[in-house]
Amino acid sequence: MVVTSAVARQDLPRARCDGEHSSGRKLTPDSSDHVAGLTIPIQVEYKGSGMDDLLAARSQMAMSLAFHILFAIAGMAMPLLMVLAERRHQRTGDPAALELAKRWAKGTAILFAVGAVSGTVLSFELGLLWPEFMRHAGPLVGMPFSLEGFAFFLEAIFLGLYLYGWQRLSPRVHLATGIGVAACGLLSAIFVTSVNAWMNEPTGFDFVDGEFTRIRPWQAMFNDAFFSQALHVSLSAYVAVAFVVMGIHAWALRRNPTSALHRTAFRLALGLALVSTPAQIVSGDLSSKHIARHQPVKLAAAEGLFETQTRAPLSIGGLPDVEARELRYAIEIPGALSFMTFSDVDAEVAGLDSVAPELWPPVGVVHVAFQIMVACGFAMLAVAGLGGLAWIDARWRGRPPPWERRWYLMLALLAAPLGLIAIEAGWTVTEVGRQPWVIVGYMKTADAVTPMPQLVVPFVGFTLLYVFLGVVVLVLLKNHVLATEGKR
Amino acid sequence: MTAMHVFALLGVAVGLYVLTAGADFGGGVWDLLAGGPRRERQRELIADAIAPIWEVNHIWMIFVVVMLFSVFPDGFAVVTTALHIPIVLALVGIVLRGSAFVFRAYGLQPNQTRARWGQVFAWASAATPVFLGTIVGGVSSGAIELRWDQRGIVHPSSGFLTGWTTPFALAVGGFALALFALLAAVYLAREAELGGESALADDFRRRALLTELVAFVLALVVLWRARIDAPQLYANLLQAPWSIPAQLLTAALAGAAIVGLLRNRLMLARILVMGQVACVVLGWGLAMDGHLLLPDLHVDQAGAEPAVLAALPWVLLGGSLLFAPALVWLFRVFKQA
Repeated sequence: MVVTSAVARQDLPRARCDGEHSSGRKLTPDSSDHVAGLTIPIQVEYKGSGMDDLLAARSQMAMSLAFHILFAIAGMAMPLLMVLAERRHQRTGDPAALELAKRWAKGTAILFAVGAVSGTVLSFELGLLWPEFMRHAGPLVGMPFSLEGFAFFLEAIFLGLYLYGWQRLSPRVHLATGIGVAACGLLSAIFVTSVNAWMNEPTGFDFVDGEFTRIRPWQAMFNDAFFSQALHVSLSAYVAVAFVVMGIHAWALRRNPTSALHRTAFRLALGLALVSTPAQIVSGDLSSKHIARHQPVKLAAAEGLFETQTRAPLSIGGLPDVEARELRYAIEIPGALSFMTFSDVDAEVAGLDSVAPELWPPVGVVHVAFQIMVACGFAMLAVAGLGGLAWIDARWRGRPPPWERRWYLMLALLAAPLGLIAIEAGWTVTEVGRQPWVIVGYMKTADAVTPMPQLVVPFVGFTLLYVFLGVVVLVLLKNHVLATEGKR
Repeated sequence: MTAMHVFALLGVAVGLYVLTAGADFGGGVWDLLAGGPRRERQRELIADAIAPIWEVNHIWMIFVVVMLFSVFPDGFAVVTTALHIPIVLALVGIVLRGSAFVFRAYGLQPNQTRARWGQVFAWASAATPVFLGTIVGGVSSGAIELRWDQRGIVHPSSGFLTGWTTPFALAVGGFALALFALLAAVYLAREAELGGESALADDFRRRALLTELVAFVLALVVLWRARIDAPQLYANLLQAPWSIPAQLLTAALAGAAIVGLLRNRLMLARILVMGQVACVVLGWGLAMDGHLLLPDLHVDQAGAEPAVLAALPWVLLGGSLLFAPALVWLFRVFKQA
C-alpha cells in the first residue's frame, strides 16, 4: 500500500515532463518545488495588458463557459428524455407520451440553439482571449475539437430532422433521428472534455526550448485525465437535467395532480435520475482517485489539505485560512481521505506544501466549490433513493407512486437546481483548481492572455447579453410548462 | 496534406458558408425589408425555409475556426488578436440572430412579442454580414502589420483598429450583405414557386433583380477602394494571370442570372447566382494567394505541424463519410417538393 503513494508522488513529474529528455532538464521528483523547476513556462514577450485585463479575460471565459454548459447539458440529456417519451408512446400508444415528446422537443430546440450560438462564441473566445494558449495548444487540441465539430454537425442535422420530420418520416426512422441527436450530443461532450483534460494533464508532445514539438495529436487526445473526466462530465448532464425536469413537472403536478402528461414526464425523469445519480457518485470516486495521483495540488486545494501527510483526514465543510495554512471549522474524519484516494488509511496524500505557494490555486474558492459539489451530489443521491424506494413501494404494495405523493413532489421541486449547482461548482473546482496554469506545468494563464486592452468592455457586454438571454429562456420555458398544463 | 491544401479547403468551407449560412442571413434582410400586400406571407416563407437548416449551415464557420487553430495556430492567434473587435461584433450578431429566431419560432408568446423577436432577428441578420465582411476586408487589406520577436513568434503590431475600419473594409461588408441578400432572394423565389405561390415568387424575383444591380455597384466600389486601401489585393485581383478570366466568368454568370430572372427561369437563376457568388469567393481566395493575412502571413509560416497535416485527411475522411450522407438526407427531406 505504501507503493501506491510512492507512485502518486512520481507520477506527477512524469506527466508534466513528457519531453524532459529532449530538453535536457533534470527531474527532481522529491524537491518541494518540482513543478516550478521542471519547465521554462512560456512567456509572452510583449504585454499590453495589465492584471485587470487578465481578470476581465478570465471572468469573461468563466462566465461564457458557465452559461454555455447549462445549454450544452440540455442538448445532451433532453434528447434522451424526448426519445424515451416517444418510444413509450410507440410501445403503449399513450397519447400523453407523444404530446410530451413534442413539447420536450420544442423546449430542446430553444436550449440547443442558445447552446449552439454560445458555443460558437466560446470557440472564438479561445483566440480572442487566449491567443498565446491557442498558438501552442491549437495543434494539440485540434483533433478532439474537429471531432466535436463533426458530432455537433450530425447532432444539428438529426435535430432538424427530428423537429421538422414528425410528418415526413416514418415513426421508426423518426425515433432513430432522436437517438442520433442524443448519441451525438454525448459524443460532443466527450470530445470537448478531452480538451479540458489535456489542459489538466498535457501530453502528446516534446517540450524543447520552450516550444511544443513532435506533436502527437492522438496521444494528446487520449490523455490520462480523459476517461475519468469525460465520464464525470457526461453523467453530470443526465443527473442535472433529470433533476430539473423532475422539479418542473413536480411543480406542475402539485397544481394539477391528475395530468397524465406530467406524470409520464416525472416518471421518465425519475427513471433517468435513478440510473445516473448513483453512477455519478461512483464516477466521482474514480475521479478523486485519479486526481489524487495525477493532479495532487488540485485535490489538496479541494480538500483544504495544506500539509502532505499520511492518514490524511477527510474534511467536511470548513473554510481554508491560507495565511495560517490551516482549514478552520471543518469536521475531520481521520484517515478517510487516504482511504478514499488510495484505499489505505495510512497512505500519504500530497498537500499544498508539495509545491511552492505561488503555484497554489485560490484555495478558498476551490475548497468551497468542491464541498458544494459533493454536498449537492449526495443530496441528489438521497432524493433519487427516496424516489426509488417509493416507486418500489408502489409496485409491491400498491401504495401511491412517488408522483402522487405531495411530500415527494415538494422534495423534487426543492432538489431541482442541485444538479446545475453541482455542475457549476464542479467546473469551478477543475478550472480554478488548475490555476495559475492554463496548461499544467507548461504555461501560466497570465502568459496566455491577449494583449487587447479594455477587456472589461466585452466582458460586461457579453454578461449583459447572456443575462438577458437567460431570463428570456426562463420565461419561454415557463410558457411551455404552462401550455402543457392547459392541455392537461 | 500540405498547408496549401488546407488553405484551399478553408476556401471551400468559406464558400459553402456563404452559399448556405449566407443565405440565412440574407433571409433576415428580406424579413427586415418585407413589404407590400404579402408582407406576412414573405416572412413566413423565410422562417419556414431557414428553420430546419440554419444551425447545420452554421457549422462551416465552426469548421473554419477549428481548422485555423488546429492547422495554423499562429495565423489564428494573429487574426483573433488584430481583429478582436469586429469578431466580437459579429459574434454578438450571431448570438442575437440565432436566439431571436428560435424565441420567435418556439416561444409560445403573443404575436406582438413574437414580432419584436422578428425585429431582433432581422436587424441582427442584416448587421452580422457587414461585420463578417469587415473581417474579410481586414485580412485582405494588407494594412495589418506583423512583427517577429526574437524567438521567431509572430505578433500583430499595428493596433486593434487597423485594416477593418477602412472604407475598403466597409465596402466589403456592404458587398457581403448584398451577396447574401441576393442568394436568399433567388432561393426564396424558387421555394415560393415550388410552393405554387407565383405572386410570392415574383416578389422575391424582383428583389433578386434589384439586388443584382446593387451588388454590381458595390463590387465596383470594392474594387475602387481596394486600389486605394488594399493595393496588393487589388494587384492580385486584376493583374494575376488567372484574374481576368475569373472576373469575366463572374460577370458572365451574373449577366446570365439576370437574364434568367427576367425570363422567370427561377431554378436556373438560382444555380447561376450560386455560381456567381462562388466565383466571387474563389476570386478572393485566389487573390489571397495562400495568405491568411496579406501581405506577410503566408500559410507556410502560420505554424502548421506536420503531424497535424498528416492526421487531418483521416479525420476529414472519417467525418465526411458520416456527415455527407446525413447532410444530403436533411436537404432531401426539407428542400425538395
